[in-house]
Amino acid sequence: MNGALLATKACAVKPLKVSPALGGALAFLGLDRALPLLHGSQGCTAFAVVLAVRHFREAIPLQTTAMSEINTILGGADNLEQAIENIFKRAAPAVIGICSTALTETRDDDIVGDLKLMRERHPDWDDLAVVYARTPDFLGSLEQGWGAAVEATIRALVPPGSGRKRLRQVNLLTGSHLTPGDVEAIAETITAFGLTPIILPDISGSLDGHVADAHVPTTLGGTTIDAIRRMGHSVLTLAVGDHMRGAAALLEDRCGVPFRVFDRLTGLAAFDGFVAELIAVSGAKAPEHLQRQRSRLVDAMLDSHGTLGNRTLALAGEGDMLVAMGRFVTELGARVAVAVAPCATPALAHVPAERIIVGDLDDLEQAIAAAGTDSIELIVANSHAAEIAHFFDIPLMRAGFPIFDRLGAGHQVTVGYEGSRTLLFALANTFIARGHAPAATAASGATLPPFMGETDHAPASSC
Amino acid sequence: MPTPSAANLFNEPGCAVNQAKGDKQRKVGCGARTLTPGAAAGGCAFDGAKIALQPIADAAHLVHGPIACEGNSWDSRHALSSGPQLFRTGLTTDLSELDIIHGGEKKLYRAIKQIVERFRPPAVFVYVTCVPALIGDDVEAVCTAAAERFATPVIPVVAPGFVGSKSLGNKLAGRVLLERVIGTREPDVPTPCDINLIGEYNVAGELWQVKPLLDRLGIRILASITGDGRYHDVACAHRARVSMVVCSQAMVALARGLQERYDIPFFEGSFYGIGNTGAALRQLARFLTAAGAPADLEARTEALIKAEEARATRALAPYQRALKDKRVLLYTGGVKSWSVISALHELGMTVVGTSVRKSTDDDQARIRELIGEEAMLFGQVPAKEMDRRLRAGEADILMSGGRTQFVALKARVPWLDINQEREDAYAGYGGIVNLARRLHGALTNPVWAEVRRPAPWAATEAPLEAAP
Repeated sequence: MNGALLATKACAVKPLKVSPALGGALAFLGLDRALPLLHGSQGCTAFAVVLAVRHFREAIPLQTTAMSEINTILGGADNLEQAIENIFKRAAPAVIGICSTALTETRDDDIVGDLKLMRERHPDWDDLAVVYARTPDFLGSLEQGWGAAVEATIRALVPPGSGRKRLRQVNLLTGSHLTPGDVEAIAETITAFGLTPIILPDISGSLDGHVADAHVPTTLGGTTIDAIRRMGHSVLTLAVGDHMRGAAALLEDRCGVPFRVFDRLTGLAAFDGFVAELIAVSGAKAPEHLQRQRSRLVDAMLDSHGTLGNRTLALAGEGDMLVAMGRFVTELGARVAVAVAPCATPALAHVPAERIIVGDLDDLEQAIAAAGTDSIELIVANSHAAEIAHFFDIPLMRAGFPIFDRLGAGHQVTVGYEGSRTLLFALANTFIARGHAPAATAASGATLPPFMGETDHAPASSC
Repeated sequence: MPTPSAANLFNEPGCAVNQAKGDKQRKVGCGARTLTPGAAAGGCAFDGAKIALQPIADAAHLVHGPIACEGNSWDSRHALSSGPQLFRTGLTTDLSELDIIHGGEKKLYRAIKQIVERFRPPAVFVYVTCVPALIGDDVEAVCTAAAERFATPVIPVVAPGFVGSKSLGNKLAGRVLLERVIGTREPDVPTPCDINLIGEYNVAGELWQVKPLLDRLGIRILASITGDGRYHDVACAHRARVSMVVCSQAMVALARGLQERYDIPFFEGSFYGIGNTGAALRQLARFLTAAGAPADLEARTEALIKAEEARATRALAPYQRALKDKRVLLYTGGVKSWSVISALHELGMTVVGTSVRKSTDDDQARIRELIGEEAMLFGQVPAKEMDRRLRAGEADILMSGGRTQFVALKARVPWLDINQEREDAYAGYGGIVNLARRLHGALTNPVWAEVRRPAPWAATEAPLEAAP
């Protein structure tokens, strides 16, 4: 796997990983009138809600099956049935997206079978869509849970069979590294070619921070169930992020919709590829405004390459974020000295970093210390890295999940010609603001205790 | 149903809620009340245990479980430390599928080794979460072995999420301190003015608003349990002369345990509001004097209260007019409702309703007396209902926790954080001034008029509709 180093320690220090169940729930939040449900103890949901609220600064509808010790031992089907019934009665959602947790997966109930029996007992649920995603916390991170939820949604709601194709309809599968702002920007580009995208999941409709007329207990906005049912009629699936490959392939298997996976839409070459695909499928000419945007990005690259060239960065985040950010900055002449990912994923093969570590933010800290703090000029990571950046006196650009110490995390746009330009200026301005003074020496005198037991511990599994 | 050992936790002579219950009700337990699947909110027992213990700042807090328990939650509370920051470092065994299949004991042992060798903490707290509890990891045995091998206290905290609520976790944590920590060390110099503060977690630095007052009286916080706490100090708590339980029913059991085992009297008090702060200081002085503190302590306390009250009153004056008769809707767990209400009354505000989810009957009577017959006392309120009340203009401001904030904000109604994520400290005399400043800022902000403006198209549409 591309020479990535797996951290070999028994204790994760300053975790970078979050739970896949949270990733699954976030994906379900991109469905309209949805209520995600974590099948686990109430704490699984409480922690997930708090973190999501801190990131999006929105009320996050998320429920729990409230598994107790005894329910867990006896089996969780009763709790699940009660939870669905209660949610159905109180919140009247169009869809309940269930995510399993480590707790229920360790017990390993036959949820799929149980759900079938429940449906027989509850004819009144006929109009309620129920999707079950397996997202055990012991397997993967945010991306894996997100991917599993999207795949489960397709499996549950898109009827198999190729059906009649609609020539102007495409599917857009959006990865967890995209913000509501990103999703909206991509959708606008697709629409500009006269195409109608079905976006799954569409967090730009539900988590974009709007003020509704009245409180609703479910999501408001996002992909409708009707739209999902029509995905088999699209002429093409565009998937953004390698972790959306599985979902795209599933749609092809089920409905014969061919797909293209774009590992990123940040940067000139990357977005050119996307636009070329849109030109091909729509037969339309690139609209004027898009041509103008491209020209502006080229100009921005010319203006900023001097500032970005030869800069050295350290990155930490989920695999597809690392690909987008790493490839973009290296295209402008910067170097990525180290990139840390929470999980070993195929995407890491495309991260242009000199050193790739599967580990935690403590590994990032150790790697920066080893590289010499003077040599790293920018850290790109989530808010948990703020202390590390402060300690080394290296600027931090916040990216990924969670971002809780800045406003507007959901509105950062880093895709497309315009988003790339915004990102480019933000990067360049960070360097300009620091001037050419050598990095402060506060940290160079400080020594970090060595991480004990590099050879002492059995390798942790990759995820 | 709680296990037999947990059942003992539900007989609490020191707890008013508990004593108010009948035998049958008491057996059901409190933290372990049955939750409704699909309609539950709130943290688990692990959450509660960690909230109670993690502020011990120099200790390492290792979470034994899969990633969700620590990965989703580390460094999310604003409990502050004046020194060591190790308590904020997320540490977890991050159990993988294979670890679960093979059992997590060896990994846990290696994790403890790694932590002790790297951070040299005075103690390691090991939190057992649901999955290791389910697969039967013998965490006790691992901790015992590791403690011996590494000559460091390694304390298992057995409060997996699925045994109950956050408040049960608080209790379990209190018992861990009583059984395994307190009494294991001796203070260098015990004094007759040593106290324990129990249930004050130094959220947003509230302890630091109280400590200077105590310092001026020569009262020493021997053990802060656990805000800005240190392991050694907590371990010395058995030498204090009095314990004050700060707005925390869940920790009463710990105070009572200290009384039974070490003959340390305790009382419940609050530092919210001018009156409450004065009352708490008086109580401390009285208990300490009875236990051998200098005879002039009570007189000095009165003098300090008088001076501080005068100072606080002066500092509050600029805010008083804007706050007078403003209507507050209070939505908290309810434990501290009465103390917050009296603080708000001191600011001249009216409390139109308050949650009493975790309050005792006595507390409810006390609240009823404070806020009058017309105000509402309610339990859990669905967000929809809260939204309706706010939009109907039933209150000028909502004071609640972070999770309810968007209900108020989306209804375009002012909101102030009163729970653990709050940025500002509201304890003591300085705290009430902060509270007044914050409330004043929230209520008088011109933004409310701005965001309530109709959109331009709404302005043009309305006449069109009106003219058929």
